[in-house]
Amino acid sequence: MWNMRYLRASWMASFGIIALTGLASAGDWRQFRGTDTTGVAEDASLPVTWSATENIAWKVSLPGRGLSSPIIIGDRVFLTGSSGYRQDRLHVFCFDAKDGSSLWERQFTATGRTSSHSKMCNATPTPASDGQRLFALYSSNDLICLDLDGNLLWFRGLTYDHPNVSNSLGMASSPVVVGDTLVAQVENDSESLATGVDVVTGVSRWTMKRPKRANWTSAAILNKGPTSDEDLVLLQSSEGLAAVRPQTGTVAWNYKEGASTIPSSVVSDGVVFIPSQGITAIRPPTGSENIEVLWRVGKLGPATPSPIVYQGRLFSVNGAGVVTCGDTKTGDEKWKLRLTGPFSGSPVAAGGHLYFFNEKGEAHVVKPGDDQGELVSTNILDDTILCTPAIANGAIYVRSDKSLWKIATK
Amino acid sequence: MKSGRIAQKWSGSFVLVATVLAWPIASDAASLDEQVRAIRAVAAEGSGHANAIAAVKELSRGDAATLLPILKAFDDANPLAANWLRGAFEAVAARELKQSHPLPTRELEAFVLDVARHPEARRLAYEWLIKVDASASDRLIPGMIRDASPEFRRDAVQRLLNRAEKAHEDKKSADAIALFREALSGAIDDDQVKAIVKPLRELGETVDLPKHFGFLTAWHLIGPFDNTDKKGFDVAYPPESQVDLTAKLPGKMGDVAWEHYVTEDEYGVFNIAKKTAPHKGAITYGYTTFTTDTPRSIELRLGTPNAWKLWVNGELVFARDEYHRGTQLDQYRVKAKLKSGTNAILIKVCQNEQTEDWAQDWKYQVRVCDSAGAAILPSKNAVTTSQLDR
Repeated sequence: MWNMRYLRASWMASFGIIALTGLASAGDWRQFRGTDTTGVAEDASLPVTWSATENIAWKVSLPGRGLSSPIIIGDRVFLTGSSGYRQDRLHVFCFDAKDGSSLWERQFTATGRTSSHSKMCNATPTPASDGQRLFALYSSNDLICLDLDGNLLWFRGLTYDHPNVSNSLGMASSPVVVGDTLVAQVENDSESLATGVDVVTGVSRWTMKRPKRANWTSAAILNKGPTSDEDLVLLQSSEGLAAVRPQTGTVAWNYKEGASTIPSSVVSDGVVFIPSQGITAIRPPTGSENIEVLWRVGKLGPATPSPIVYQGRLFSVNGAGVVTCGDTKTGDEKWKLRLTGPFSGSPVAAGGHLYFFNEKGEAHVVKPGDDQGELVSTNILDDTILCTPAIANGAIYVRSDKSLWKIATK
Repeated sequence: MKSGRIAQKWSGSFVLVATVLAWPIASDAASLDEQVRAIRAVAAEGSGHANAIAAVKELSRGDAATLLPILKAFDDANPLAANWLRGAFEAVAARELKQSHPLPTRELEAFVLDVARHPEARRLAYEWLIKVDASASDRLIPGMIRDASPEFRRDAVQRLLNRAEKAHEDKKSADAIALFREALSGAIDDDQVKAIVKPLRELGETVDLPKHFGFLTAWHLIGPFDNTDKKGFDVAYPPESQVDLTAKLPGKMGDVAWEHYVTEDEYGVFNIAKKTAPHKGAITYGYTTFTTDTPRSIELRLGTPNAWKLWVNGELVFARDEYHRGTQLDQYRVKAKLKSGTNAILIKVCQNEQTEDWAQDWKYQVRVCDSAGAAILPSKNAVTTSQLDR
């Protein structure tokens, strides 16, 4: 009897994977700052102007609150939210990318602490996906795995497992998927850890202690080869940046010269740009040699938004809302452009433009040049925007507490 | 002949495939029980996942008849298992609604009203019930002013609050006071309490907020003990092994003794820095008692921006070394068991040496409540800590 059930489950699983694989596409935006965690998309057809009535493909209302970014798999948009007086109701939404219609919603209950700074909420980390499954992590450190049709695959409570893993100001680190491992970084002053979770079973392949210091950064991925087998997950903290093999949790190399606990590192052409003493560019070791520090520029130090590398230049936003463009080879400043802040979300880039959404819902579209940055437009959504936008298939997706927008030319 | 064999082979394959596909339809109560058992066995660190993953997959494929058994399985389930069950319930309920199949509304409503069931399961049943019968809200919510589910309470309080505010606007003071009072009797969320208490006081009524929330307002304090470099958090100073309210103990700057304090703060905040001195790198212990007539489970809800440890009757119930990352009411929820009679509650509140303006707070608040957040008060014959001191 059991064998028969197993046979069917296997058959259904195989069918399901085939069907789901068909859903995913190269234009996906599968996690915080995109599938490769760079914030850059290949899309060339994004709008550069919009308003409440122009180039808004659709807008849907959301319950509760949320700072997490949407992610896009094929023709579906996934988003998390949290609600309730105690922020203990966890939401996962799935919308049809074509028209914004709700395809499904699931709700769960937080098992970890939900308190946070009033600006944050439980739905602050961005979910991640491997193209077949959705992984939703919350500030309460509840980790939910669903298939793309909303069926629960497994549920973990990382604070349930480790009762002191929480931050009274709220947790923000978004998980990343590399191959068949989900890496979640949950770090705070009391008990910090990172864990690599088998995406199929929900069981940790490894769990490592991390620096006991509040940390809101998210991991970046360093692609080392044609497959994910050699990829490294870059875990940032106040102590620096550890490159971890996602399958085993072993540390390949460790940059120990300190780093920010808010903006995250970014990788481009094999170089890692770390918010450390400003920005420090390093070339990771390929063998037993030491980490090579290529340059370090204090003036490039970012405030809350993570830096981004686009078209061979690095862009960093300071606390005054000034974008500084630096040469990725030397760190030399090429130009500055003052924008209106403040910014919580990180910039994204596609189609020859950079997109900066400030907290007031104003999106500055900047065309970066060699000698200057041109402010192409400032577009207003008239709502508080704290998230990092997502880009997929010719559209920008951005959310507030109350709304999710698809910005696209019709 | 050959085609016959092929037909027979295909026929056999068809039967096999049909049997396999029809398997969930043939699921019986025993297999449902197995699935529920597997899910309820999940525990920390992914324990039990292998069986639970298969079980939740099967359970999620069920029809409307599985909804009530899933809800009943919440009873005594741990919070992880409850979420697995919730996932299965919503998958089934959503599919049934999408296919325009009826939900078992009568059974769901009966389940909502069965207060012996798990509060989260009852709320889940309610939220799916009102998707197909919005009128259920008017039938069910008004009776839930003291429900075990905080969400039901909140909804019931809000209805009363709305009526009270209308009566207040209409200058019907007696009606308004009665409605505000009734709302307050069930209110556990501070925003609602504030919305009730302000107009009540405007109407000349008195409200005892510490009693309403169950704050512990009388404590013996002793300190400072050394917490230089935050090392004192792990040092077991004498109060951790024995509380002798008459003892003099060696402190950070000389001998220290227990002193009795009562806070006048409406939210039970004990400001150690103001009541004693704004020491840095220091630790103060607080001791109080709580008397109950019968053994019972409680929650101690704590708010503090400082590192802390908490003991009940000598047993360490939680410890946390986070400093100055904010504080709020009910920041921490710690389950504890009280024995019949007098129970000893000891807290260690640690201050670090940060110099920023926002890092000077050295304070805590503790309240005793049930799992919904409603105050549990000491028994009427309770001996207070100040009486013990005499």
